Parts: sequence; C-alpha cells; structure tokens
Amino acid sequence: MNLLEKLSIEKSVPGRRGVRFAQPAQPAAAWLPETALRKTPPRLPEMSEFDVVRHYTRLSRLNYCLDTHLYPLGSCTMKYNPRANEEIAALDGFAATHPGAPDAAAQGTLEVLWRLERMLCALTGLAAFTLQPAAGAHGEFTGILIAAAYHRSRRDRRRTEILVADSSHGTNPASAVLGGFAVKTVASRPDGRLDLDALKTALGPQTAMVMLTVPNTLGLFERQIREIADAAHAAGALLYMDGANFNALMGLAKPADFGVDILHLNLHKSFSTPHGGGGPGSGPVGVTAALEKFLPVPRVAEKNGRFTLRTKIRGSIGRMRSWAGNVGVALKAYAYLRAHDAATLRSIAENAILNANYVRAQLRDLFPPAVDEPCLHECVLRTEPEKLNGIKTLDVAKRLLDAGFYAPTIYFPLIVHEALMVEPTETESKETLDAFVAALRAIHAEALADPDRVRAAPHELPVRRLDELAAARNPNVAW
Amino acid sequence: MYSPHTAADREAMLRAIGAASLNELVAQIPADLRADGFDWPTALAAPELLAHARALAAKNRPLACFAGGGARDRFVPAAVKALTQRGEFLTAYTPYQAEASQGTLQAIYEFQSSVCALYGMDAANASLYDGATALAEAVGAAARIAGRKKILLPESLHPEWRVVLATYFAAKGEPTLETVPCPTGRLEPDELARRLDETVAAVVVATPNFFGLLEDGAGIAALAHAHGALVVAVADPVSLGLLEAPGVWGADFAVGEGQGLGNALNYGGPYLGLFACKKAHVRHVPGRICGMTADADGKRGFVLTLQAREQHIRRERAASNVCSNEALCALAATIHLALLGPAGLREVAELSVDKAHRLAAKLGAVPGFRLRFAGPFFDEFALECPVPAERVRNALLKDGILAGIPLGGYDPAWKNVLLVGATEQRTDEEIDRYAAALGRLAR
Ligand SMILES: Cc1ncc(COP(=O)(O)O)c(C=O)c1O
Repeated sequence: MNLLEKLSIEKSVPGRRGVRFAQPAQPAAAWLPETALRKTPPRLPEMSEFDVVRHYTRLSRLNYCLDTHLYPLGSCTMKYNPRANEEIAALDGFAATHPGAPDAAAQGTLEVLWRLERMLCALTGLAAFTLQPAAGAHGEFTGILIAAAYHRSRRDRRRTEILVADSSHGTNPASAVLGGFAVKTVASRPDGRLDLDALKTALGPQTAMVMLTVPNTLGLFERQIREIADAAHAAGALLYMDGANFNALMGLAKPADFGVDILHLNLHKSFSTPHGGGGPGSGPVGVTAALEKFLPVPRVAEKNGRFTLRTKIRGSIGRMRSWAGNVGVALKAYAYLRAHDAATLRSIAENAILNANYVRAQLRDLFPPAVDEPCLHECVLRTEPEKLNGIKTLDVAKRLLDAGFYAPTIYFPLIVHEALMVEPTETESKETLDAFVAALRAIHAEALADPDRVRAAPHELPVRRLDELAAARNPNVAW
Repeated sequence: MYSPHTAADREAMLRAIGAASLNELVAQIPADLRADGFDWPTALAAPELLAHARALAAKNRPLACFAGGGARDRFVPAAVKALTQRGEFLTAYTPYQAEASQGTLQAIYEFQSSVCALYGMDAANASLYDGATALAEAVGAAARIAGRKKILLPESLHPEWRVVLATYFAAKGEPTLETVPCPTGRLEPDELARRLDETVAAVVVATPNFFGLLEDGAGIAALAHAHGALVVAVADPVSLGLLEAPGVWGADFAVGEGQGLGNALNYGGPYLGLFACKKAHVRHVPGRICGMTADADGKRGFVLTLQAREQHIRRERAASNVCSNEALCALAATIHLALLGPAGLREVAELSVDKAHRLAAKLGAVPGFRLRFAGPFFDEFALECPVPAERVRNALLKDGILAGIPLGGYDPAWKNVLLVGATEQRTDEEIDRYAAALGRLAR
C-alpha cells in the first residue's frame, strides 16, 4: 500500500508487550460477575516498548512544529515555549498531587494558583479571576453564563441577545448560543474597527452583552473601546473582551481601564504554554468586583498565608468542569510570568508589535494589508488572485510549507477576502522574519511565472494535497 | 525576555517600517488607555525560578493515594513522558495544515481508534476538556438528536459532573435534568422505569459508577430504548480492559475521563475528555475529528474532517463551541495504550480490582467501618465511617495516606461516607498501613 507510515495497529504482532505488570493475587473472576466481563479484548496494538518509541518518534518527524519551523499562525500566538516551564510543571510535588487532597496537603499548588490569579488581576486591572476554564472557548462560555447570572440576579429577563463583531472568532457566537442567547452580528467599518453607530442601533433592552476582541482579529486596536463600553453600559449590557490577543497589550494596557466587565485570556497563547497539537489550553476568566460572586467554583482563597479551596459560594454559576482547572498549564504560565519584571513584560508586547509591523511593511506591496496602517501583534494581508493568475491564499499557504514555513492562519477573519493572517510573535528573530518575507515574495514571483507549480503545492512534504472532500463524504475515523 | 532582538536589530526593523521608535508603534493604543504602572514582583533569574518552584512543590505533601473520583494515580511508563515531550508534538498547533501535520493527525486517528476499541463504538473525536464536559456535550447532542428535552441523571453519577451539567444548561434552560435517586448506590430499573416517558431524550448511566459499583448497563439500555430514549454511558477507560464495552451492551454515546491513561494527577488538570458514539451520530460529534483520506498521488494521509459541524465554519449554528482540546493528553493516552496493549490494560484493571477488594475487606473489618453498598464493585468503594469521613481522611494524613474523598461536601446524607479506591500503584505495605491506621483510629 502507498502510505507514509503504518498505523500502530498495522505494526501489531500478537503476543508482543510494551509494559508488564505484576500478577494480581486473585484474577478478576474472583471478584466480578462473569456477565460483566468483556467477551473480546479491545482491538489495541500489541507492540514492544521499542516498537512504540520508534513508531511515535517517526510520526513526530512528519510534523512541522514551533521548535523546528516558524509557525506564524495569526490569532494563535505561537511563541517559544520555554523548557523551564515544562520542568517546573512536571515537578513531582505538583504533578503527583490528587485534586481531592485536602488543602493542607496541597498548599504549594494552591499558592501558585492564588498568585497567578493575582498576577492576572494586576495585568488586566480586573478584580478577580477563575482559572477553571480549560480553553478560550470554555472561558467565553463561562463569561456568558456569568452575564446570564448577572442579569438574572437583577430580575432582568429581557436580555436575550448577545452582540458580536463580524470579525470575531467563531467561538464567540457559538459560545453565546450555548448559553441560550440569540446572536446578532455587528459590522466592522472599512478601517477594520467595530462600527459604533451600528452598535448603538443594535443595542437595546434585549442586549445582554457585547463581545469584542481587543486587539481585534485584524490586529488593530479598537480605538473607540471606551465609547463602546459606555454605549453598552448605558443600554444596561455588559462588555466582554475576548483576550486571545492579549500579547499585544501585555504590560502596556489594562482592559479594566477600557470599561471591560468580563474577559478571558488564553494561557496557551500570550503566556507561552505549548499547544500540544491542539491542547491542552487554559482560558482564565477575569471579572470586575461587581461580578466576582458569579465566578465558578472552586475558588482559591488566602488568609494569613494559608490557602484554601472554596467550593460553596452563593451566587456562583456552578462548575464549568471537574476540579480546579488545567493546573499543569497554569503552572507553566506562572513560571513564565515570574521570569519577567514589569519592563520585560512590556517588551513582550513591544517586540510582538515590532515583528508584525516589520513583516507587514515588507510585504504590503505584494500582499496588500486588509487595512493599510500600522498593526499591533499581527497583520492581516490579502492574496489577490485576479493579479496572480488565479493563485489563491490556500495555494500560497501550501507553497509556504515547501519553503520551510508553517502557513499563517488563512481565510480568517471572515470579513477579509483571501486573508493571510500573520502573527510572528516576539520570539522570532529578524533573520527568520527576513527569510519568511523572502519566501513569500518568491512565491508571489512564482505565481506570476509558473502558477501551476504553486497551485500544485506542496511538493516537498511527506504528502501532497489531501482530498478533504472524500474524507468528509465517506468518513473513516477509526480502524 | 525570550525575544532575540538586539538594539541593532530593533533599529534596523524600525527603519524598515518607517517608524521612529517603538513608542510610535505602541501609540496605536491611545495614551489615555495605556497603563503607567503594574504592581509586579521582581523577575526571577533561571536558577532562582527553579528553586522557587521547587520550594512551592515541596509544600504539597506526598501521600499514598487511595482517592479516585475520576482522578487516578496510575503508572505512567517513561516512554509516554519522553515521547509527549518531543517538540514535534508538544509545540505544534491544531493540525490545520494537514500536509505539515501528518504526525499529529495520524496519532489522533490512532487515538480515536483506541477509544472506539475500548468503548465498542464506531466514531470518536480528538478529545474534549475532561470527562464531565464530554458528558455535557454528549447529553446536549443526544437531546438534539432525540428532539426531546429531558435528561435522566442517576445519583450514582459523580456529583461534580452533575453540577457541571446543571451549570452548562442553566442559562439555556434545556435540556432539563432530572436526578434519579439511587438509595442502593445503583440505578434501579424500577426507579428509572417510573420516570421514562416520551419526553426523555437520554438516560445517563455510569458503570463503574461514582461509588465504584457496576450497573446493569444492558438492562438500563433496553429500558431506555423501549421508550425511545438514547443511552449515554460513562465509563473509566481502564475498567474497559476487563468490562464489557458500552457499545456492546447498548449505549449510543460513551464518554469517560481519560486521565488514567498516561496522564499525571496534576491536581485536576489537564485531563482528557473521551467521547465516542455509534456511526449514526457522527455528524453530531463536537470538536475536532480526524479522518483518513488520500493525497493527489493516492497516498494515504489524514485530515481534520466533518468540519461543517464546527464553530469556525458554522459560528452560531455550530454543534459546539469547542476549539482547542486536550490533544497532548490524548497523545499520552494513545502511546500509553500502545505500550500496554490489550493484555497490559487488562493487567492494570485486574490489579486495581484485586487491590481494591483486598483493601475493602480489611477496612470493612475494622470495628465501626463497613461498606455502604452491597453488590459488585470495580476498583473504588464507598466506606461508611462511624464519624464524619473528613475526620478520618484528615487523621490518616499523618500516616502518609490520602484515605479517599469524603463525600459530605456533595451531600449531607453522605457525611460519613469516604470514597476509597486502589490502583495498580498501591502496594501491599500501603494497604496494610491504611488498615492499621484505621484500626488505631477505631480504638
Ligand atoms: C480570537 C480568538 N478567540 C477565541 C479563541 C478560542 O480559544 P480556544 O481555542 O482556546 O478555545 C481563539 C483561538 O484560536 C481566538 O483566536
């Protein structure tokens, strides 16, 4: 068969073992009824330890990753993942502690969680944080449930609608619907910012909350954020900030000063924890003092240097998941923040902004920015198929892989035609960015000279373009 | 800190941009919205940072862990840690560019396949946040499919999970949740039958359940199906090395907490939500799904598929809001299962069952202590204490033992109940130490 690497199950040899355990004193049949036992063993691979190590090492080599390649995925903040953080999170004292351990036996972890919450409060100006949400979308949903609880506490039952920007991430409207709200989309202006007049028209006694990404998904600051907050508040609504792009604000600005009531941060973006091929993340949610009582439980409390986990809080929306949150991820973010002082924190944002503008400035003649002005942490460029023999953003992205770069985020935000969303992050060097710019310029030239070569890309990867339609038409999702 | 720029780099870059200074770029954020100060501790240099972290970690107390409740102290082979720490896996994103992500994608396909094999299902996703949120997603999907509103939840389901479900659906008001009392510790058919009617979308059944007891999955499934309700099973994947698969006894959806497959306790997270279902429901699955396909040359490859369900395409009409998941934990589980194979997983399950039963016999023999419920259990059991269970748990800390989870915080009726479990990790010496300590307490 024509394939890259056999599946583990295809490498399976009956009788092979990777790990052995001691024999139990008594077999299961001594304790469990026969009828409860499975008749056939699960179809899992039988491999030696070495088989397994070689298999997954070989698989790993089929990946591009941040450690090996620039990974300029817009809205994802693929910055270097410091290894010190990995070492710290894996310390036995932290990793081996059961979440049901009494507070007295988990003081170290509780102290880290409490300190991290305080640091996130300092960074954002908000009064309180929960570290429970497991990802950004989970944080959004938490924030939406908090908004629902807030309006319910005021016996205001008219608030059935949430306003989102047309440039927002898909999780914003999806989370709003999960919370039982209707979604109304507010348009952006040609300069990429939310249309304040359209927002004012849409706001009303039915509006529960306005969700806004700051900086927005075009990498631009919502200069009218104060007016937006005022308008929302005047209508009795709350303002939610999607803080996935907080890297641009780190040490520079506090969202509480903008008038934000609720926000989530992505520890797996701005705070350097690795993405692990799709997770785990962590999406802490911060709120103003007025909303603190609605935060989910458990919450960490401190008194005279002793830390406790409070599980019963009147007004709380409940629990968003089991236990306290993705503590292993929080530990890494804590380590990251402790490696910085106020000045180096600020330099994170400054260098991220510098890098994005450097890329933008050198590509804007060939890939015009969606909004042609300086950007913050990322720039959204466009491919112009009509000037490029029909070459699209998808083709450019695939050709970039050949050049040894992961592709930017493509076709997002939805309001930009043929979008290429580039977020270099502050941890990339000038040399790397120069090479990336050169590669994109070369692809542009190639699109003019030999478009078929670009359209057929990638050529240098383990596989050529994959048939996504066939995969969806006839799903094969398990052996 | 982690930026490589020298002053010269910065100057050259600013020149290329045509900006006079960094401040000029930063001025996109209006001055009145910028912060002038942060209350921030001094930075720790690398050696001090590690020392600081070690000092904090040392404030946690190492204990012989007899606690469970969905978080298990299980053996993690060294190869799992070594392979999941490889940068190629650790530092990749969700595999949007399939051609440059075949390693992650094939591993997800193997993960989905392993989950299907354990649960006896046809389809699985690439993971969800944890077991409780996986259950919330399954229940939401079941209600949509059934076109009905009510979900029956047994009291024998983890009480925290019941709270998570209540939290998830409170604002929306549907599906509605009804708790079925379980005075025997199990979901009794007549209690269920009394509540089943044409408004019930799904019945949730956990086996082994929160108290470690085995439920009559097949009987419950038959009863639910007779009323047109779907069945959502909750099962510890390790137990499925030994126990019949939910898909075989009739579940339509199956979810579980996958932490025990190659992932550390980590004080509660990151954990691993397992989600699987029968083929008919594949288009209602939340989150990422990897599918097999071929490239332009006919070579086998893998892609994220059925994306028309997902938030980035469907926005407010998506099946779920899930975006990031627990991919690295899923990878750990995949590698763990490949190392154990069916025989190793069975050994782990048998060892846990055996140790839990020997422990239960010893603890139940201590005067004043007894098992709260009758009936077969897996590797956890509810121990009825003569005093509040929290006191028992606290008293045994000095013996280096985490005796279990006191259940009084969940329900005052369970004030004296301690949920105790054993895994393959617990030694005979620890089991004896536990029994002896309890004996001293009883005196
Ligand atoms: C702007 C924005 N909001 C929300 C999210 C969702 O975050 P997560 O994937 O952690 O759920 C993302 C992630 O890509 C994002 O870019």
